[in-house]
Parts: sequence; structure tokens; C-alpha cells
Amino acid sequence: MAPLLEVKDLVKYFPTYSRGIFRKKIVGNVHAVDGISFSVNESEIVGLVGESGCGKTTTGKLILYLERPTKGEILFDGKNAIEIFENGSKEEKMELRRSMQMVFQNPYASLDPRMTVFDIISEPFKIHKHVPRNEWKERVYKLLELVGLEPYHAERYPHEFSGGQRQRICIARAIAVEPRFIIADEPVSSLDVSIRAQILKLIMDLQHRLGVSYLYISHDLSSVRQISQRVMVMYLGEIVEAAPTDELFDHSIHPYTRALISAVPIPDPKRKMNIILLPGEVPSAINPPSGCRFHPRCRYATSECKEEKPSFVEVDKDHYVSCHHYAEFA
Amino acid sequence: MNILEVEKLKTYFFTEAGVVKALDDISFSIPKGSTLGLVGESGSGKTVTAQSVLRIVPKPGKIVGGSIFFEGEDLLPKKEGEMRKFRGKKISLIFQDPTSSLNPLFTIGEQLGDIVVQHMKLKKSEAKEWVIKTLKLAKLPDPENAIHSYPHQFSGGMKQRICIARALLLSPKLLFADEPTTNLDVTIQAQIIALLKDLQRDLGMTLVMITHDMGIVADMCKWVVVLYAGNVMEIGPIDKIFEEPHPYTEALLKAIPRLDQTKELVFIPGNIPNLIDPPSGCKFHPRCQYAKEICKEKIPSLEDIGDGHFVSCHRWKELNNRG
Repeated sequence: MAPLLEVKDLVKYFPTYSRGIFRKKIVGNVHAVDGISFSVNESEIVGLVGESGCGKTTTGKLILYLERPTKGEILFDGKNAIEIFENGSKEEKMELRRSMQMVFQNPYASLDPRMTVFDIISEPFKIHKHVPRNEWKERVYKLLELVGLEPYHAERYPHEFSGGQRQRICIARAIAVEPRFIIADEPVSSLDVSIRAQILKLIMDLQHRLGVSYLYISHDLSSVRQISQRVMVMYLGEIVEAAPTDELFDHSIHPYTRALISAVPIPDPKRKMNIILLPGEVPSAINPPSGCRFHPRCRYATSECKEEKPSFVEVDKDHYVSCHHYAEFA
Repeated sequence: MNILEVEKLKTYFFTEAGVVKALDDISFSIPKGSTLGLVGESGSGKTVTAQSVLRIVPKPGKIVGGSIFFEGEDLLPKKEGEMRKFRGKKISLIFQDPTSSLNPLFTIGEQLGDIVVQHMKLKKSEAKEWVIKTLKLAKLPDPENAIHSYPHQFSGGMKQRICIARALLLSPKLLFADEPTTNLDVTIQAQIIALLKDLQRDLGMTLVMITHDMGIVADMCKWVVVLYAGNVMEIGPIDKIFEEPHPYTEALLKAIPRLDQTKELVFIPGNIPNLIDPPSGCKFHPRCQYAKEICKEKIPSLEDIGDGHFVSCHRWKELNNRG
């Protein structure tokens, strides 16, 4: 079966300008996303993890054409999405927009404070006209129920809700257009620990009930393990490792993935942490390191790593890694 | 011996909407030289506890009752002038957000040097040396040049190292670290945690880690205080907290995903209570799977159940077959 979403060699450079009031000169490029390829299957949750600045969010925005890709190809359901967003007819664009939605990180900023919950959730009906006016009320109530809220919540304003409830409203708005694919960008990181599990459950629940696929973007590896079927690890604009979830967490190969996993504190006092401390910090994406981008922080780095870019090879079934020395670590 | 003893502390915020009981009758103590975890979600009173101990509760908050003994001395009756001898020198604090707790208009050397000159009465050249020495302690690379830089020139992890150095300038005995790694990436978080562990050991400090991350607690702390909605739910040695937890702690541990295993997540229903109109009886009862009539009616007291483990729950004994 063909995947629902296919991303090929996606690139996004943000130009940086020299200082000056009158003349703007491009002096460099931030290599936010640099040639990534992956796919998402029908009703699958794919996790995208990485540290801040690695290009996770940009990847999400590129897929939805909220940012214009510099290069690359995005196929949604076999159709060329970039082509449609750039040159397609209005109908084609609307149809594509309906099938892909986004849930943002901060539910305190992504809901209009002057709209009631009813207006927020029914706004997509107004735009896409896929629900006749006399059915709006019923539909909104049904959506509220689906995300675990009550019908009487419809008349309220966002400020009357807690963070977890607001995120439920955001999810209700996203599924109001019956999308097939949702990009969830850190949907639980601004919520309290006791609330996070509720939202994670809701996301998984909707995957089963509605068959929605997700790209779950997060820096929290524990929640990624909980929720995803496949995981991709990003570092400085590139995917360094990708594998089915258990395979990735139990048999990681790339030194960066290993360090990342080792650094996550585990709530069990009996377990001794064996942290691989990475020296230094993530380098600037304006002039990324040559060869393997991780080499300045990698303890196994050789001269080959400095000079040559490793290719993304399949080392096991569905397990891809981009490292010159993968054979030694596998 | 305990370095700090908090007894029946009440800190209320007198807002226009009503009185918020941020800390409602909390008691705990911190053994000297240990690392204690102060755990809770937002609004549980973690930060207000640290602010109360330092007596820097922001308006409209006020400490309305209880006592705070630091090395046997009650801090609450002290005058402002006397408190200055404690703040920074004996008890210090690392703030949650390093970006907003450093002044963007002054160089690192200026803002850290100022503290040393004010409190230690050192000459400028001596102060500079002291600041560089302390920055080295916090493992900031190249401190000799760093003192001439402004906060925005550093990354988040480096700023946190500067904040840690600032908290250590006057060699405090007790250090509160308020969510010191919340805004940092995991690999940087690991660096900062390693640093705090080293400092606590090498300097013989007492460290209070304020956090909501049970993983960090399990990794760093010997003792744990669990707060919920301004009440202490339980206090105890780390092993006991994980083995025989209070229903709230138990629910929390089941609700957080773990990297080393996949399990069915059992979420806690409902929301964190509103502290202006908190639930009656045990504040956790509306969300507790074991709640009975008595939990609704009576506030449970903090009971000693042995091995230094204290639990505030009507049903704990029954649930753990100790009745």
C-alpha cells in the first residue's frame, strides 16, 4: 500500500541578512531542514524527536505549506502537495487543507480569546462548507463529546478552561474537517504531568476511532515511545536514525540517539542512570559542520566523519541510520 | 540534623477574586547535606515554598502562619535587615528561567561582581577573581572572557550555569533549585544535573530540587516531599515513595510515560483544583480512585508510618495492608 504522506529530499533554508537599514544582503542560510525523506502510512503515528532548533517544527510547517519549501517533494495520497498549493485551483487547495490539520504547542496562544468554543469549532464548517448550517450545533456537540468535553462547554470562552481542556478544544477544531493527517507539534509539553496522559490517550483514541495518521513532533522521548509506531530522530536539520518504536529505543545505533536516550531520567530509584554526556552544544545551523553534522560532539568520530557525509542506510528491516560506523554499534 | 524545619506554614495570596491558599499548613524538614526533591505540579506550592523560606513572597502573597527554622533559628520574626544576612549567604535560589532572571543590560561580570562587592565587602580586583573562580566552579567555559559578555550572548545551558554560579557566590549552605532544567533540552539537562550533583557533593551543600519530573527525583534525591494543591501529600526516603506511595504519587507515576517500557497509561481524571475554592477534606479526593466518604469530610493528617515515611491519607494503611 502506498503511504499516505511521502516526503522526498525536503529542504528549507532561511536566509540571514547583513545589518543595515537600506541595503539587505543575504550573507548566509540557516539550514533548518536539509534534505529529509520519510513517509507516514494510513492511520499510523510517526514520532519526530530532536532538540530545540533541529528543524522539527519547520518540517511540520513545510508539510502544511505554512512555510514554502526551498526544495523537495511532498506527496499526499499520491498527489504533489507543493504543486497544488502553488498552482492548484481553489477547490484542490481547499480539499488538501481539509485533509491535513495541525495542533499547536501552546493552547493558551492558539485559541482566539474573543470567540466562544462553538464559534471556534464551527469556524471550519464556515470555511469548508462541508456541514449544512442546521447541523452545526449537533456536529459541534458530537465533536466536544469525542474529545471528552460536555455540550454546555460550547457557550464558554477559552479563558474559562484549563490547559488540558484547551488542548482538547484545539483537537476538536482540528478534527472538525475530518482530516486524514494531523501534525501534532509538542501537544502536551505545556501541560501538567497529570494532564499529559489524558491528551496522549485522546490522540491514540482518535487514531483508532477515526483512523487519523499523525506526525507527532516532540522533544519528550518518553511520550514519543508511548504513542508512536515509528520514530525518527533529527539532528541539525537531518534525520540521523529512523526505526519502528521498540527497535529504536531498545536497539538504537546512532551515537546521538544513544546519548539522547541515555539522558532521559527514568522514574525508578533502583535503576542506575548511565548517562552519555555529550560535550558542548548543538552547533549553529548557519554553518553546519562538514561531513557528519554530529561529528564535533561524537566520541567515536574519525577523520572520515569529518570529511564525508554518511548516507542513510537500512541496517535492519525498516531501521535506517546515517552513520559511517554503524556496523560497529549495531 | 535538620538544616531547615518548616512547621505549619501558611502562605496565602490575597487576590481580588478571593484568598488563594497557596501553602496551607505544610510541615517538612530537610536533613543537612542531603538532596531533597520538592515535587508537585503547577499550583502545588513548590515555588512558593522556596519563596516563603527566603521571605521573598511576591505581593499580594503573605506568610500568615507557621514557623521556618533554619539551623534552629526562626526566620519569620526576623526584621528585613536581618533577613539580608540569610539571603544568598546561607540560603540561595536558582530561578526557573535563566533568561529572565539575568539582567540584559549588564555584563555577567557586572551583575555577579555587584553581589560580591555588596555582601563580601571585597575590592574590585578581588571581586573579579572571586566571580571567575565561582564561574569555573559552575564549569562555564572561558570565564575570564565570559565576564565581559552580556546574557544574550550565551545559550540557555550556559545561562543556567551562570545562574548557578550566581547562587553559589556567597557559599550558601542551603540551595533551592527551582526547576533548573525545565527549559533545557535533554542532553543539556543531563549536563546541568551532573553539575548540580557534583557541586552538592564537593561543597557539602544541602540541595532542594524543585521539579515536576519524577525521573529527575529518582536520579538525584534521597528524600522527597510531594505537594498537591498547597498540602503535603507525603514525605519520605526515595525508595519508600516509589514502593509504597500515597495514592496521588501512585497515580502520578502511572500517568507518566516511561522511556524504558511501554505500558498502558492510566490517566488521572479531572483537573488541578482551584485554590480559591479548594475541595473539602483531602484535596486530592475528587481525582482519587480510592476516595471514600471520609476523604470528602475530613482533612487527613500527616501520619508517621515508619522509616521516615509520612503519608497524609485516610486510606493508606488499609490499602497497604497495615491496618
